Amino acid sequence: MNVEAIIFYILAALIITFGVLTVFTRKIFRAAVFLLFSLIGVAGVYILMDMQFVAALQIVVYVGGIVVLIIFSIFLTHSSGERLAPQKLGRIIRAGILSAIGMLFSVWIITHHLFLPTTALPIEHSVQNIGLQLLSYTSYGYVFPFEVVSILLLAALVGSIVIAMKIKKQ
Amino acid sequence: MEHVPLAHVLILSTILFFLGIYGFFSRRNLITMLMSIELILNSVNINFVAFNKYVYPHQLEGVFFTLFIITIAAAEVSISIAIIINLYRRFNTIDIEDTKNMKF
Repeated sequence: MNVEAIIFYILAALIITFGVLTVFTRKIFRAAVFLLFSLIGVAGVYILMDMQFVAALQIVVYVGGIVVLIIFSIFLTHSSGERLAPQKLGRIIRAGILSAIGMLFSVWIITHHLFLPTTALPIEHSVQNIGLQLLSYTSYGYVFPFEVVSILLLAALVGSIVIAMKIKKQ
Repeated sequence: MEHVPLAHVLILSTILFFLGIYGFFSRRNLITMLMSIELILNSVNINFVAFNKYVYPHQLEGVFFTLFIITIAAAEVSISIAIIINLYRRFNTIDIEDTKNMKF
């Protein structure tokens, strides 16, 4: 076993441990912090796979943006240190059975399927190649989805301001 | 990463996905359900990047889909937090058992 494999398994154990803690903890602020560590572990997996750009984006958008937004909304809607109400046992059992069956089924499929890699020459996953193909308008270019997604993001920002705005009564 | 088989990366993302599914179905608090959705989206991203790296290394499609999923996740979180804050202002709770006015 070489160093990369050891680092991968340590990262996988960290991601799964913090994911389990996120889902099972009864204190909501701790759940947000555990989610933060789980997302950082995912960024580490991206770095191991030579996808530095995706890892940087994961850190910037998820850790720097989404988790901070979630923590802000926790502060706006909960008093600090409050424990969540205990869940009903029937709901826990139903969700556990559903996810256990799904997980066993998916793992069975993954271990029994043979993934054949292509023989084509690999290209470098650098920021230059990603940017050139993302913004090219020739064939296999992704400029149209890029524009659509940017309009969606703008619409989402305006919409969230409109929804959260307090309307003054006359 | 040549020493780690693709199946192990996929098993990692499968476990993360079904942790998210469990949290989504067992939790009744809107913010914790949102965190479960983030776990699910992250497992999908790991899958896209792993397939791009292991099976189709001559293309960049997995990276693009990951970028779009991250963007849509950011949009989704901003909208849902706005809805949660509005809901809290109106009903003083974000437990989905207590907010039944939007049901019909």
